[in-house]
Amino acid sequence: MSANPASGAVGAPRPRTEGRLKVTGAAHYAADVPMPDLAHGWMVTGTVSRGRIRDIDASAALGMPGVLGVLDHRNAPRLNPEAGNYFGPDGSLRLLQDEAIPYAGWPLALVVAETPEQASAAAAALRVTCDVEPHDLDLRLEHPAARPASTAFGPEADIGDLDAELAASAVVVEERYRTPEESHSAMEPHAATVWWDSGHVYAEDSNQGAFSVSEVLAALWSIDRERVHVRSEHVGGGFGGKGACGPQVVLASMAGRWFGRPVRIAMTRAQVFETTSSRPRTDQVVTIGADADGRLRAIHHRAAYGLSPLSEYIEACTEQAKILYSAPAIRTRLTAVPLDILPPASMRGPGATPGSFALESAIDEVAERLDLDPLELRLRNQPAVTPVSGKPFSTRRLVSCMGEGARRFGWAARDRRPRRRREGPLLVGSGMATTSFSAGVFPSKASITAETDGTFTVSIGASDIGTGARTALTAVAADALGAGTERIRIRIGDSDLGMAWGAGGSRGTTSWSFAITEAAKELRENLDDPVRPMTVTVDTSTRIDFQPATERQTYSAVFAEVTVDPATGEVRVRRLLGMFAVGRVINPLLARSQVVGGMIMGLSMALHEESVRDPRTGRLANGDFAGYHIAAHADVPDIEAGFVPDYEPQDPSGFNGLGEIGTAGTAAAIANAVWHATGTRQRTLPIRLDRVLEQTTAVASPSLR
Amino acid sequence: MREFAYQRAAQVQDALTAVAGDAGARYLGGGTNLVDLMKCGVEEPTRLVDVRQLPLDGVRDTPDGGLVIGATTTNSDVAAHPEVRRRFPALTQAVLAGASGQLRNMATVGGNLVQRTRCGYFADLSQPCNKRVPGSGCAALGGVHHNHAVLGHSEHCVATHPSDMAVALAALDAVVRYETLDGAGEIPLSRFYLPVGDRPDRETALPPGALITAVVLPGSAAGLRSRYRKVRERASYAFATVSVAAALDIRDGVVRDVRIALGGVASRPWRASSAEALLRGAQPTADRLRTCAEEALSEADPLRDNGYKVTLARNLIAATLGELSGTDQNR
Amino acid sequence: MTDHTRSEISLRVNEMTHRLSVDNRRTLLDALREDLGLTGPKKGCDHGQCGACTVLCDGRRVVSCLTLAVAADTTSVTTVEGLATEGELRPIQEAFLRLDGFQCGFCTPGQLCSAVGMLAEHAAGWPSAVTAVDAPDQAPELDETEVRERMSGNLCRCGAYPPIVRAVLETAAREGGAA
Repeated sequence: MSANPASGAVGAPRPRTEGRLKVTGAAHYAADVPMPDLAHGWMVTGTVSRGRIRDIDASAALGMPGVLGVLDHRNAPRLNPEAGNYFGPDGSLRLLQDEAIPYAGWPLALVVAETPEQASAAAAALRVTCDVEPHDLDLRLEHPAARPASTAFGPEADIGDLDAELAASAVVVEERYRTPEESHSAMEPHAATVWWDSGHVYAEDSNQGAFSVSEVLAALWSIDRERVHVRSEHVGGGFGGKGACGPQVVLASMAGRWFGRPVRIAMTRAQVFETTSSRPRTDQVVTIGADADGRLRAIHHRAAYGLSPLSEYIEACTEQAKILYSAPAIRTRLTAVPLDILPPASMRGPGATPGSFALESAIDEVAERLDLDPLELRLRNQPAVTPVSGKPFSTRRLVSCMGEGARRFGWAARDRRPRRRREGPLLVGSGMATTSFSAGVFPSKASITAETDGTFTVSIGASDIGTGARTALTAVAADALGAGTERIRIRIGDSDLGMAWGAGGSRGTTSWSFAITEAAKELRENLDDPVRPMTVTVDTSTRIDFQPATERQTYSAVFAEVTVDPATGEVRVRRLLGMFAVGRVINPLLARSQVVGGMIMGLSMALHEESVRDPRTGRLANGDFAGYHIAAHADVPDIEAGFVPDYEPQDPSGFNGLGEIGTAGTAAAIANAVWHATGTRQRTLPIRLDRVLEQTTAVASPSLR
Repeated sequence: MREFAYQRAAQVQDALTAVAGDAGARYLGGGTNLVDLMKCGVEEPTRLVDVRQLPLDGVRDTPDGGLVIGATTTNSDVAAHPEVRRRFPALTQAVLAGASGQLRNMATVGGNLVQRTRCGYFADLSQPCNKRVPGSGCAALGGVHHNHAVLGHSEHCVATHPSDMAVALAALDAVVRYETLDGAGEIPLSRFYLPVGDRPDRETALPPGALITAVVLPGSAAGLRSRYRKVRERASYAFATVSVAAALDIRDGVVRDVRIALGGVASRPWRASSAEALLRGAQPTADRLRTCAEEALSEADPLRDNGYKVTLARNLIAATLGELSGTDQNR
Repeated sequence: MTDHTRSEISLRVNEMTHRLSVDNRRTLLDALREDLGLTGPKKGCDHGQCGACTVLCDGRRVVSCLTLAVAADTTSVTTVEGLATEGELRPIQEAFLRLDGFQCGFCTPGQLCSAVGMLAEHAAGWPSAVTAVDAPDQAPELDETEVRERMSGNLCRCGAYPPIVRAVLETAAREGGAA
């Protein structure tokens, strides 16, 4: 552990900086910001998965009280088609630009009125007719349109002689795993309030990175980024679903310009489901060969995911196969299948979450076949260096996670044979899984001002979507400046604060804290200068090593105990414990909340979540919270989470991100526990009751026997 | 949502008159279902007649040891009422198994009975639905129907009734009281919901304009051991996949009275009368209970993707009867 | 009989009486947010499926998104803004803050109002779906299982459920049920 120079704010549990605002209702989210002369926009969305608009009859809507107008592809302002994301132009940004309907839920028009009720009523009166074209939603590995996924995030693994190692294996497991389309479902629906003034556009928007949204908006409108001002003071959750420049802010910017007044679009929950983004379905085959003594010889992970032709996307399901286990032969094949679906977006633990469900279920199946404790199997195959790349690990405390987790969970007492524990009508089982998630840092710009009153103002274009960024960065700044947290004022959530990475990829905190730490260092060197206020600004773009010599990952070991009622198929998670290696922990109170929350999302994914579509139309059959179930209070036990001592050498303060590692390993741990309880493998998520339900005649009647 | 007029009725007669005089009028209770459907555009009333101020609130004793529950009594108040808990525990359990604390504080007994299906196609105006637009077709039949009916459905509609409370009421032989401008009437719950047939839009036997005023729980069911067991895709705050309300009276090792009603399997609470008949007068052995459960589902006709409900319903009946009879000491 | 599609109503919100002219379509949630500027109650689903809009109406917790403002005429409403009095946080708010019973904070106003209403329901002896049926005269003991069931109408996507349950139980224990 490196010595910490300053006040020791890092490492201390501290309630959230903005907590009081949030428990008193004073925190303003994008749809809460008071705004004079506000007009309300209401999206009208398509109901078919592919087709073309034939006509939009707005005559009735335009005659309704309070209606200001309707924007559609015939009158909407033109947007720059080159605007896009990391991968290039993004067709999902080109809203109301032509007749094409690329997926069910695509915005076709925007009705703007004086009140939300008037806008909604007029939207319902819009008459849209379209020509329906055949669509394809059929995700599978063997799909004729399947193509190799982009390798922009790294090459496929291909080491050793896979066929020979499999042939030489005492045990070979080859199984197929499927995960459904899932919805991020942040509690705050996407919302934006946008107005124009003197060639500048101002937006209050719900997103995970105000700066990147400002960049995209500037590109869409072909104006200087400095003329785009995006504020996102409080954001009601994101989980990847608010990473992009969302339809709400694109459409509100069009309407704000067209009607010359502030326009607010607060998406309905149904629109969030059908129009924003989702985690794509996956279809995966994992093949693992092992010796009789539990040494892995071969890992072959194939995974297909769906994407939209509108934009490139990578659901990196096969990453863990390159990291977690040592084996002479490792091969990964990631396949993208272009379909007429809602364009996917990263969702908490992208790739790793569906991917590790497959890989860690398969590992459990290998343990079963070998009659070996699955924890022991994992311990026997830990690599000394990164298996595929050969790089040393910068830090890898996974074995500590497993050991400490096993101790706390009482794993040693487990009878590894399935279907051995009964409590009344219930079957009881336990399972575990491990996983890793890529960590790193991206460029950001931070400014720190030494104020006349002895305080410091720290400004960075960070986002707090519930991660505790404000609180964590306050502690980081305090220590870096050698000041108490009470002397730190932090400003985030505003694109005017400069270039910054967003809250995503488990890289928000590391990216922002790096910039703040660097700025603080420079400021401290100049503090002898009596001039106040004195501001130092640092851009870390040139200070980041993008080709580090070591492999930087976070790790987890998750343990679960479930009960299963075989007569009803009901599965309940009774215990859930996660041990995490995430570098140095900034705020144990908030870090714990975040990994526990991640595990709950993993629990929810394991048991509940599934976007169900009618194959005939591609429309969501359960696009609301009554149909798309996320775990409720009653589904969630008390959850134990802990951090093993860790320090990330690549980070100047020893930090790693922890936003996604909590989710990634949980589904496999629960699925493995369900197998242990019932003796039946669950290779398709979610583990619905109809998949667990048994034909049973078990009406025990001891009194009459 | 379409614009509408709103008025509060102070007396039943005012409410009846207001609705009789306006074809677009609807009674408004707690609004938990009606307002939701208005937002979806499924319901488009031009007038709401708020009945919550009517003197129809509260729970009273009947001479036969039963109870009368006023139609505007909230679900919460029904469930918490000491006499409901004591005499009809399955009703308390059923009501508490439904929705959430907030919604139960709003929803009324009368409204609960006439709530509409949660079939996704019913609420999706872009899709055909015979219940919403008679003659337009049933999208669920060939579509997503994992959670639809396995009993009593027709090719015109495969939706299920969402109420938990009504399932318990069906098992308890409840009677629905109503008033019209022509006078008062009563309908046993067993005949309250109409068979689906070819007009799934016609859901209840209430005369046009009728206002539900009360639900009567007969004393004959009071004090029976009764249970409501609900299986759903989440531990709480979800509609039933399958539920069962059962009541059992065993004396000297012989079943004197038995009631079995299923939820989540049909367009109405499904009373399993033939299964009850198998058990009445018999010893509640494990085999007999299983046979009874089999009988309850003997007419099941599952759709392409919901056959599991038949197994689930059988298992649930057997387990619940086992629990009530004490033959399953595991429970 | 009136054919007007607007109504004059009176709402007593957080101890202040307001006269409003509302579109009959306006929900209580929108009246609070749009007309009174009380944006604490949140619109998470607008269909009674998430609980983020929970407020207390005449002391009982309800979802304000399915309550028509016109139907709430003359009721007394408490929103999250009305929980603290003169800047003094209620015990439940203080417990949420201390135990980190929220992350993004969007569901928090609903969770808090729901917790206040729920504790009052429990204090009144109301059972829940997990309360034993065989003891109808006994007041149910408030444990984790009871709190989870009773709070299940408030979804939280960040997964702050465990500290929320702890906050509710602590508040109940310290205040004898008064949140």
